[in-house]
Amino acid sequence: MANENWPLWEVFIRSRQGLNHKHVGSLRAADQEMAIENARDVYTRRSEGVSIWVVLSANVHASNPSDKGPMFDPAEDKVYRHPTFYDIPDEIGHM
Amino acid sequence: MTKAEEEFQAKIDRDIKIEPKDWMPDAYRKTLVRQISQHAHSEIVGMLPEGNWITRAPSLRRKVALLAKVQDEAGHGLYLYSAVETLGTDREQTIDDMHSGKAKYSSIFNYPTLSWADMGAVGWLVDGAAIVNQVALQRTSYGPYSRAMVKICKEESFHQRQGYELLIHMCNGTKEQKEMAQDALNRFWWPSLMMFGPSDTDSPNTAQSMAWRVKRYTNDDLRQQFVDITVPQAEFLGLTIPDPDLKMNEETGHYEFGEINWEEFFNVVNGNGPCNRERIAARSNAKKNGSWVIDAANAYAEKQRMKKKVA
Repeated sequence: MANENWPLWEVFIRSRQGLNHKHVGSLRAADQEMAIENARDVYTRRSEGVSIWVVLSANVHASNPSDKGPMFDPAEDKVYRHPTFYDIPDEIGHM
Repeated sequence: MTKAEEEFQAKIDRDIKIEPKDWMPDAYRKTLVRQISQHAHSEIVGMLPEGNWITRAPSLRRKVALLAKVQDEAGHGLYLYSAVETLGTDREQTIDDMHSGKAKYSSIFNYPTLSWADMGAVGWLVDGAAIVNQVALQRTSYGPYSRAMVKICKEESFHQRQGYELLIHMCNGTKEQKEMAQDALNRFWWPSLMMFGPSDTDSPNTAQSMAWRVKRYTNDDLRQQFVDITVPQAEFLGLTIPDPDLKMNEETGHYEFGEINWEEFFNVVNGNGPCNRERIAARSNAKKNGSWVIDAANAYAEKQRMKKKVA
């Protein structure tokens, strides 16, 4: 018996109009049409979505976990990118 | 410990989740593959004892509930197979490992469902026990497993409620109906307690699994939790738990219960329960008889790709 896997797809769901699509999981399907149909049955059985994206997992390129330091640490000491870094007198109110 | 192992354990100790591409010790990966695949297989085999009753549900209300529950179980199996795959295993191989007996599934599904009251007992007790276990596993250290558990717990609450509701009706029905409910409890009580696995003194993997935070509570802790929750629910139904040693310990606030028949437990785990052969045969026949669908879908997808190329 052939033990051939269908390709793996990543599933993204928009839960409500106005929100972004969010990754919810993955599944296997022969083609994109079947991937969307299966995603509907697997991930939206309780009205969790109004729109589905499926992307071949092979087409997802990810950053390397071991590069986490050089990739993301530089943002940590840049407090001047945040509003609370700047002093505004109380009498000015909300800014 | 190597430096990588130390860093790994430090992450675990700070409750930072481990994600698929992060470095992890081989033994951690192996433990996860064993536990998550066993969990996935349990969801899939768990569809069989209930699927058995769908066509004989006594009302439309009961039928839609049972259909929705069994469909959820298929979904839960899929979430979990996806989680296993993130560990670098081959999905079809994982499934074949169950069919060959190399991988296990929960021993509870090797017991038959003989009467309609069993649908109540399965929802109330089997799903009840699974929920106790799964609520704890929401905080497991492996990200994909933890996220699957969160989703499963959200969906599974109705599984237990529909079973308990069904039993309330039977227990308020005729004398025969109440006897059926009692009989179901008699048969499913002890196997439900066994669902939490061997006693802590006899569970060689527990210490390491706790240190890795794959497990957050021991088997015996979870079993006790389940007994404490379930006994009052049985009393409400007016049913008797088949354990003469069961009593509340006023000092600890916990129920004490009788000795579990571990010989039976290991016997069923090792393939000699009432339905082991039937369950495995049903699953491997499903794969064998359904393989043409896989091939046909592949052929269709290929044809569509060719058509696009030409166009």
